[in-house]
Amino acid sequence: MTALTDLTLAAAKAKLTAKDISAKELTQAHLAAVAGARSLNAFTTETPDKALAMAEASDARLAKGEGGLLEGVPLAIKDLFCTRDVESTACSNILKGFKPRYESTVTQNLWDAGAVMLGKTSMDEFAMGSSNETACGGPVTNPWRRQGSNSALVPGGSSGGSATAVAARLALGATATDTGGSIRQPAAFTGTVGVKPTYGRCSRWGIVAFASSLDQAGPIARTVEDAALMLTAMAGHDPKDSTSLPLATPDFAAACGTSIKGLKIGVPREYRVDGMPDEIESLWRTGIAWAKDAGAEIVEVSLPLTKYALPTYYIIAPAEASSNLARYDGMRFGVRVDGDGLTGTYEDTRAAGFGPEVQRRILIGTYVLSAGYYDAYYLKAQKVRRKIRDDFDQAFTQVDALLTPTTPTAAFAAGEKSDDPLAMYLNDSFTVTANLAGLPGISIPAALDGDGLPLGLQVIAPALAEERMFAVASALEKAAAFDARPDVWWAG
Amino acid sequence: MPDCPYTLPGATGDWEVVVGLEVHAQVASKAKLFSGASAEYGAAPNSHVSLVDAAMPGMLPVINKFCVEQAIRTGLGLKAQINLWSRFDRKNYFYPDLPQGYQISQFKDPIVGEGEIVVELDDGETITVGIERLHLEQDAGKSIHDLDPKATYVDLNRSGVALMEIVSKPDLRSPQQAAAYVRKLRSIVRYLGTCDGNMAQGSMRADVNVSVCRPGAYEKYKAKGDFSHLGTRCEIKNVNSQRFVALAVEVEARRQIAILEDGGRIDQETRLLDTVKGETRSMRSKEEAHDYRYFPDPDLLPLEFEQAWVDEIKKTLPELPDEKRKRFVAELGLSDYDAGVLTADKERADFFEAVADGRDPKLAANWVSQELFGALNKADKDLSDSPVSTAQLGKLIDLIGDDTISGKIAKDVFAKMFETGDDPAAIVEREGLTQITDTGAIEAIIDALIADNPKQVEQVKEKPKALGWFVGQVMQQTQGKANPGAVNKLLKEKLGL
Repeated sequence: MTALTDLTLAAAKAKLTAKDISAKELTQAHLAAVAGARSLNAFTTETPDKALAMAEASDARLAKGEGGLLEGVPLAIKDLFCTRDVESTACSNILKGFKPRYESTVTQNLWDAGAVMLGKTSMDEFAMGSSNETACGGPVTNPWRRQGSNSALVPGGSSGGSATAVAARLALGATATDTGGSIRQPAAFTGTVGVKPTYGRCSRWGIVAFASSLDQAGPIARTVEDAALMLTAMAGHDPKDSTSLPLATPDFAAACGTSIKGLKIGVPREYRVDGMPDEIESLWRTGIAWAKDAGAEIVEVSLPLTKYALPTYYIIAPAEASSNLARYDGMRFGVRVDGDGLTGTYEDTRAAGFGPEVQRRILIGTYVLSAGYYDAYYLKAQKVRRKIRDDFDQAFTQVDALLTPTTPTAAFAAGEKSDDPLAMYLNDSFTVTANLAGLPGISIPAALDGDGLPLGLQVIAPALAEERMFAVASALEKAAAFDARPDVWWAG
Repeated sequence: MPDCPYTLPGATGDWEVVVGLEVHAQVASKAKLFSGASAEYGAAPNSHVSLVDAAMPGMLPVINKFCVEQAIRTGLGLKAQINLWSRFDRKNYFYPDLPQGYQISQFKDPIVGEGEIVVELDDGETITVGIERLHLEQDAGKSIHDLDPKATYVDLNRSGVALMEIVSKPDLRSPQQAAAYVRKLRSIVRYLGTCDGNMAQGSMRADVNVSVCRPGAYEKYKAKGDFSHLGTRCEIKNVNSQRFVALAVEVEARRQIAILEDGGRIDQETRLLDTVKGETRSMRSKEEAHDYRYFPDPDLLPLEFEQAWVDEIKKTLPELPDEKRKRFVAELGLSDYDAGVLTADKERADFFEAVADGRDPKLAANWVSQELFGALNKADKDLSDSPVSTAQLGKLIDLIGDDTISGKIAKDVFAKMFETGDDPAAIVEREGLTQITDTGAIEAIIDALIADNPKQVEQVKEKPKALGWFVGQVMQQTQGKANPGAVNKLLKEKLGL
């Protein structure tokens, strides 16, 4: 029999409904896995008591033939989500000890669907990073290692803890958030599936804000269908978020496995960047072949402004962050370091509370919004952002979805890029565009590179066309038949 | 172009002032602008604070439609352009009473654009003052510095309360004009019901922008809208009464003139009015001014609505003071002065209209504006604290009308009403003030008078003006209760005049 932690979310759901297994034993198996994997540092807070109580409640509902979409399914929650009475810190010292008296809309939706909370996962501080090395609780280690090597690799970021928890089979799925690639890039680095839905699908209420116009919550899971099930439960209109879309949520899982015959899949030529490893290039070609085999028509398209996406992102995101993070002033919650007068207290609190990457982005953001620089940076970036959106609109008049690699490289070594912010930022080259345009994107594990590390393919769809995106992703998933998994070197 | 109404003489020649006002008017709304928390005044500290108001992590603003409607109503009342598309921006700065670290305001695209209001001055003249814009914004909390020598306490009850910032053009030319503008603006928002106008509680406060220039410069600015003809302005923050607005203009103008006459330069800065010393003090200079880093709030969608909604709101606008004043003159036959006094404030107009309902409007106007307002003024009371109700004053007028009491007695009754709050009928009854209209009783008194005073009878036949003596005698004997008309008529008959 398959270990309970090896089940897919969909399979576990079927077994729970059939009463083959109980939510309690499923949860216990995962709690044991979590406890055994502390060396990965994926979790910042474990909530075993809460998990067991929730599992027992699920079992009671299941016994009565009741239960929601995710009844009894154990999940990990990114620490960016505020969870009632459970420390929620965005992995920042400035929020140390902060236990909200409220529950984010997305996590509440999951609990309402019957899901079980295993704990909170590590992330880059305030979701700023691509390697999970800026977390105040120390870096997360990728379960995958290069063949024949014991050196630690990063799991990607900022949702590195969530991706690790799913890849190491510590949870059936995990919540994550994506501002410039923070779901899709760690999914690609860990051989998991990560979905960033259309901006506005998931409520941002109760999620610690990084860059409001870019942030979106989404799931990380082990299959496309699992991710679709989770997203169905997470999404939905929320009147408490003015940017939440007032739309009903489709049954995303139903879209998985539907035919993509006759769909036009675009391949954007600008994503073929200089210095891209041959393996990424060949993975992309393979993906194109899979889509063709599934009956799709491949069309080369142009997104001419692609090269401006990263600089645009690194103006808009820090600008919004510099303002969003102003509330962490030591006055009402979190950490306060008393200094010389009010200004001294602000300075000392924020110097002690924020790590270097967060400080860097606050400085960049403050600069680009300053009088005399606003027009040259922020305003211009907004204009470019609109043009990037126009690029996509234009492309989607010709094609139904786009296929690209998720990242320009496989997972890299811990410490390799942490001293070079610009090299780190390049990780997001293929993913930031979807955030700037508000589009849904998915990363699926497609193959291993020469070192035995997973590589991801990305499907980007027009706004609100998640169902089509899931159909394409599941066709590629089927063709890839990716069944590699990391050796369990961390246990015990 | 009329002459400048206010010049200040200097050693080097005359100076004129140019004033523009930014008035912050709290929207009369039960809930705050972006959270459901109560906006009620006077609650225990920090008892009206939602998670959004306290800027807890992950909290998001959601616009209060009622507040938007009040801004539109106010815009319509200011005869201003209503912008169907506007946007909220963040104004970033750090302060403990600003939990978000930014104030949500409207910077580039306000909900209301240009308008104008007609302002009545004390001398009866009127001026038209341009409105530059009106925008919606959040109020900050309150810092309390005097509870503890070392600590500052913060009350967030006000944090997030909806304000309308109403910005005038620099069209005001004297302390009196500035005060009159605030008075009129207050009157309009109170008529509209969009702000209670309570300046003592801070529901309305003004930032006063003052500059000085030489005669002729203002006209040059007006001709082409070229601000370079005007002097450097200073902003006096948070002035909370009409009187202090006038004081701020005057003392700030004098300060600037003194500097300029000494060959100095005015630095653009923010200043505070010390109402005790009668001077303004520097708060922060331009160099110390915040760089607010305004940018569109990404948590909110642009504020968009249909013209149809504006039209609907327009239909529900009450009669505003200017229209009411015209109607009082044209339809009720009041003097322009009385109409002005009675419409200056919605409460006054409402009071008058209730008293005048079904009665002689001129008589009602007289009793309300002369007697009642006079008595209130003397007692230093507001109309809202009037011991005499509209029904009571109306009844008093009715008692005159049906000859129960004379106008003269009515004044005594009114004085007692004002003192006790009793009904006029009860006072008349209790004090036995009912007018004697029984001609028989009056006749008897007159007959006796004629019989007892032959000398006076002789005199009055030669000098009819001496009739007053007889009237006085009758009144004296009846304690003023005899109907004066009846007395006059009977006396003339009996004396053969």
